Amino acid sequence: MNLTLKIWRQKDSKTKGQMVDYKVTEISEHMSFLEMMDVLNEQLVNSGEEPVAFDHDCREGICGMCSMYINGEAHGPDRGVTTCQLHMRMFKDGDTITIEPWRAAAFPVIKDLVVNRSAFDRIQHAGGYISVNTSGNTQDANSIPISKHAADTAMDAATCIGCGACVATCKNSSAMLFVGAKVSQYALLPQGQVEAADRVRNMVAQMDLEGFGNCTNTGACEVECPKGISLDNIARMNRELMKASI
Amino acid sequence: MALSAFFLMFFLLQHLSINILSVLSPETFNEVSHFMGTNPIVQFALQPVLIFAVVFHFVMGFVLELRNSRARNVSYAKNNGAANSTWMSRNMIWTGLTILAFIGLHFIDFWFPEINTKFIQGDWSGTMQGVDGFRYHEELVHKFAHPARVIAYVVSFIFLGLHLAHGFTSAFQSMGGTAGRKKTLQTIGKAYSIIIPAGFIFIAIYHHFNH
Repeated sequence: MNLTLKIWRQKDSKTKGQMVDYKVTEISEHMSFLEMMDVLNEQLVNSGEEPVAFDHDCREGICGMCSMYINGEAHGPDRGVTTCQLHMRMFKDGDTITIEPWRAAAFPVIKDLVVNRSAFDRIQHAGGYISVNTSGNTQDANSIPISKHAADTAMDAATCIGCGACVATCKNSSAMLFVGAKVSQYALLPQGQVEAADRVRNMVAQMDLEGFGNCTNTGACEVECPKGISLDNIARMNRELMKASI
Repeated sequence: MALSAFFLMFFLLQHLSINILSVLSPETFNEVSHFMGTNPIVQFALQPVLIFAVVFHFVMGFVLELRNSRARNVSYAKNNGAANSTWMSRNMIWTGLTILAFIGLHFIDFWFPEINTKFIQGDWSGTMQGVDGFRYHEELVHKFAHPARVIAYVVSFIFLGLHLAHGFTSAFQSMGGTAGRKKTLQTIGKAYSIIIPAGFIFIAIYHHFNH
């Protein structure tokens, strides 16, 4: 298929960017979206132009690096996928595809489609861990009984890969689905109870400090999340925060 | 936002419960209106709380909108919000502003004259010349004689319904209450957001065509 791509090009964080049109031809419907971008970049390199910078690593939906806003949706029109898992069969011959970086004041553009998501790292550093030294002291997994429901729900929350699609798609650029998932994965397990109050207070405080917006429960984040992280995690985080504040 | 929303949603329910009496039994409506309009607890304790809740809800709504718009300093060239969220959830500020405009009209219609009668003229009798018994039902019916006012009220209540369609469940979610009970809450929210505005619309249209 032949496509027209409208891509955000920005030399660096200080330079003003703009949308630039490109044509790509003979794109196979079996290609992933990133492979299509590789074809474009090869074309650009061969013609002596600067290739489009974009984040990618594992290319199998695990690392959370790829981060493109495609035709007005985080990770494109498919559901439950990252950009690297999005296939060109989702598009038609002759389509015009708009590709932009995540837009949020807390995720400044570094170059082209690459944004700085270290705000998420700082939120994690604020409390997204347990302080128990598990190095060399690993217990038998069954020594602490945990209900199947709690284990499954904590695991569901822990599947968050921190890609930032929730922030990108939220009309308020809120990070509450990410923080809710990180708070929940510990709040649901006995190992996380000791530091539960400090964790939620510190992580929410850091989230606000980073300049993310406030959740208005549109639910867009849940729909666009490649890992299907549920809004229930935001409700749980709110409960944890209220519990910690009382 | 959520706490004031709960209070205002409860207020809407009691407001409709009283107003529907104007259709079912004008005498009872007059009695209840007089009680609400003269009872010191309602007038000097609940009414200030209501005014505070309304002002707080609107101010917080604007603050929230301002802070959230600052969180995205560059807009998307193409954004497909309809793909992942409802129109109501994305436009709470606009439905809210319509309701604010309506409250202005509603205050001019009912609240300011009531304040003038009771607190400036000092008339707490609940009566008026030419009307047997209490004046409240007569005043209500008189207001809905003009079709323009009825249309303004109907349109405003449709926007109130749109606001509540998202706001009801959103308030519970913000208070941490959605998890595990989402379906039940959504059903109650949908019913509430239809019944409350539909009730007020019915009252306005009923009085327009029946008097």
